[in-house]
Amino acid sequence: MKVIQKIGLSLFLIGLVVFTAIPFLGSYQLSQEMVEVNTKELHLEKMQEILSPIYDEVYSSNFQFLGAFNQEFGAYNDALKAEGKWDEVIWDDYSFPLAKAALSSPVKANPWLWMSLSIGLAVLGGLAYNLPKYQGEPEGVKNNGIFHSKMKNRGWLGILTGTYLILFYVILYWFPAYLVNLVAMVDPLSRILSGNPASQWFLYGFVYTLAILVMGIRMFRKYRGNKYQQLRTASVMFFQTAFAFLIPEILVLLNQPYFDFKNIWPLDYDFFYSYQLDTFLSNGSVGMFMLIWGIMLIIIGVPLFTYFYGKRWYCSWVCGCGGLAETVGDPYRQLSDKSLKSWKIERYLIHGVLVLAVVMTVLTIANYFSDFWLLGDVTNQLHSFYGFAIGSAFAGVVGTGFYPFMGNRVWCRFGCPLAAYLGIVQRFKSRFRITTNGGQCISCGNCSTYCEMGIDVRWYAQRGQNIVRSSCVGCGVCASVCPRGVLKLENGPEEGRINEMPVIIGNDSVKINA
Amino acid sequence: MDSTRHILIIGNGIAGVTLARHIRKRDEQVRITLVSGESKYFFSRTALMYVFMGHMKFEHTQPYENFFWEKNRINLKEGWVESVDFDRKQLSLKSGESLSYNQLVIATGSKPNKFGWPGQELQGVQGLYSKQDLELMEANTTYVKRAVIVGGGLIGIEMAEMLAYKNIPVTFLVREKGFWRNVLPQEESELISEHVKEHHIDLRLETELSEILDDGNGRVRAIKTNQGEEIPCEFVGLTAGVKPNVDFLKNSKLEVNRGVMVNSRFETNIPDVYAIGDCAEFQEKPAADRKNIEQVWYTGRMHGETLALTLTGQITEYQPGVWFNSAKFLDVEYQTYGIVPADWNEDDFKNFYWQHPQKKVAFRMLMDTGGKLIGVNNFGFRLSHEFFDRAIKEGWSGQKVIAQLSKANFDPEFFAPFYIEIQKEFLKQIGGDFKPAKRTLIQKLLGASV
Repeated sequence: MKVIQKIGLSLFLIGLVVFTAIPFLGSYQLSQEMVEVNTKELHLEKMQEILSPIYDEVYSSNFQFLGAFNQEFGAYNDALKAEGKWDEVIWDDYSFPLAKAALSSPVKANPWLWMSLSIGLAVLGGLAYNLPKYQGEPEGVKNNGIFHSKMKNRGWLGILTGTYLILFYVILYWFPAYLVNLVAMVDPLSRILSGNPASQWFLYGFVYTLAILVMGIRMFRKYRGNKYQQLRTASVMFFQTAFAFLIPEILVLLNQPYFDFKNIWPLDYDFFYSYQLDTFLSNGSVGMFMLIWGIMLIIIGVPLFTYFYGKRWYCSWVCGCGGLAETVGDPYRQLSDKSLKSWKIERYLIHGVLVLAVVMTVLTIANYFSDFWLLGDVTNQLHSFYGFAIGSAFAGVVGTGFYPFMGNRVWCRFGCPLAAYLGIVQRFKSRFRITTNGGQCISCGNCSTYCEMGIDVRWYAQRGQNIVRSSCVGCGVCASVCPRGVLKLENGPEEGRINEMPVIIGNDSVKINA
Repeated sequence: MDSTRHILIIGNGIAGVTLARHIRKRDEQVRITLVSGESKYFFSRTALMYVFMGHMKFEHTQPYENFFWEKNRINLKEGWVESVDFDRKQLSLKSGESLSYNQLVIATGSKPNKFGWPGQELQGVQGLYSKQDLELMEANTTYVKRAVIVGGGLIGIEMAEMLAYKNIPVTFLVREKGFWRNVLPQEESELISEHVKEHHIDLRLETELSEILDDGNGRVRAIKTNQGEEIPCEFVGLTAGVKPNVDFLKNSKLEVNRGVMVNSRFETNIPDVYAIGDCAEFQEKPAADRKNIEQVWYTGRMHGETLALTLTGQITEYQPGVWFNSAKFLDVEYQTYGIVPADWNEDDFKNFYWQHPQKKVAFRMLMDTGGKLIGVNNFGFRLSHEFFDRAIKEGWSGQKVIAQLSKANFDPEFFAPFYIEIQKEFLKQIGGDFKPAKRTLIQKLLGASV
């Protein structure tokens, strides 16, 4: 490792430690005014009553403050629940806005400084570590030492990383109030972009985008000399930064609905939820455009682009989940399970999620257009189940937290309903395939090992057969790592796309129909 | 056929395994047993280097999951064969066990050549062919300050790359004037020689090993070259080719020369005994451009495919098709289709060669005097097997091949269109009645520069 890389690694680790320590800084003091500002009018009176015991009390950590808050708030709700007075229970979670308001900390006082010390150092360190990689070496993909690595082969570093990610996601989704320091840190940035204070989702989106950018630069180094890999990496970096991060924030600044133009139902599972439809319908021509755009992507964009280019146009060139998987997740791609058994599980799971998403959405729409007489509030429970189990637990905690354990495409392979939809089109009506180069395969296994989707590419290649699989996201790494030039991603005529080769080219002893 | 017929295959490499699979495809009944002492499950020998370099784990080199064999009722027997009793149709394993067969197929592959160098049996001196060799190499390279590799072929350069992974400085002794010069024409050989040096490998051309020196404890301390130079080293890789692994069959009834002697149906001198793959030696060359012993992955596979027909009732002669091969020299991929000898007589062939001014990219095409395609070598970019198989079989002219070269391109999308430069160069050197392909809009936009 070069000196600059060592410095980079140290800076990254310092940044990471600061980032991890920030939530524990500062003190919390709740006042009556804060509750007034952050509480719905409906709950205001009750909340004042519930929280008055902790007013003006100084708590020296988030644990103490949230402990006290939850005690008061929980006691109130529990009593009502015990009496079965469900209507009076306060279901809204006020812990996050109130903790954020009650916080006073050096981070909140000096957000830019702390952002530089945490996220800034981590980004700088990441760049200093990645940019000098492979300098002075001839071009070519090097997977040297991956299975000797403690990070990339489920060693202690990998386990540590996975555990950290899982914890981060659990706190982010279900206990965001503990992260208010970090959110306060990115408040000024959020105000610049959208005019509003930051939420935990802004923090997440910001870190997510930076992670894709820094690790995207790593991809440029790792796959130098490989135009296909570089272009698709540049593409996911662009779509994440512009479409997923900046444009939605700027839309808000312009008083338009927050909208990610590249997010497609059913991955974007709340697209047809009543509050979304209301938003679209109450925002004039812009809202109407968003609604129509989203529907056009579903019914025309997906089938058309997938017909011409395969699902890769989305999964490894545009998608945000795919973007993270292909950059941050790339060091873990070899950990996907290639067994036949895992393929079977994959097909049940991913199509199961697709069915669930479709059923939920159909019910939601029917309910919406029947003015809620059909199911009333039942769809809400369906939504919270789906949001919890699929949207948060599967896509987030498992989808990303499990990178170091099960590879970088756990969500895309086993859970993403949009990938399932794209995959069905790709399998049955598409020009895309991975062509096998005649008889040149030596069964070495590099292609299968580095397939993030767990496709046993070699199984087909060594039979001279083209690879036509619904799950293939077209990342092209199998073709990059093949030492004998056997695999090529192609869009071509549908005829001969699926070829059961009776004889592999090169042996004239075996005659067809002999 | 008799439902209790038992086909016993010694060796579970690509030849033996292909044979077993293809027999099972055509015959549900026959009993099939694969015997191997090297590894219970079939693995890809060519991938051993990747295990060493941490690209893969050993199990990744196994092309079939373990359940595959039971599902296809291919019996796997672990053990080294000691001897075969051809009269009683029985073989005995080193464990003392014996197995009987109705038909026997010998597919034992190769072992590294050792040419009687003094010190060749010292510790730290080894070839690389089997799984055991890999394990030995892992043990042998733990504390090595310098290594020497002897023999400039495919395994030699693999070994050099493996040692480079461990940051072990390598001196690479090559007898010929260039790397793999007995197979590659001069320009290609120079191209790869240069690339080897780019990787900081100390390549010594026209240098041979004369002696391996003992450190007094039975380990290698240094080697001496034929030029009298002594090179200190703790590891010596012997990679001067391989020979059939048939020692256990010598002095038996079976006719063995360098390999097990077979005819074009892989039949030996003993009925019901066959040999395929690296260990078989043809009485007559299978084709004018082939050797009596074929030691390539692809030929092993084809031998297996072919013999499977004979053993399932359709007696078939081995007729190899158009020759092809491929390799990867460090970062540079190589493919070849048809015949391109290392040297040729200017009067017999028309030659066309293009090389990129900076990159390690090159293309050679040989044509007969009438301009008909004979064969191609390509380095640093990929060409389609199907295209050249057809072009050679159908006797295309070299000009037709070059005119259609964009169709033969097998590089990934957005890669530089080297075929255009090749077409331009062909028009310059040889001339012809076609126009070079135009860069596509995407190629222009995304700057895929040659």
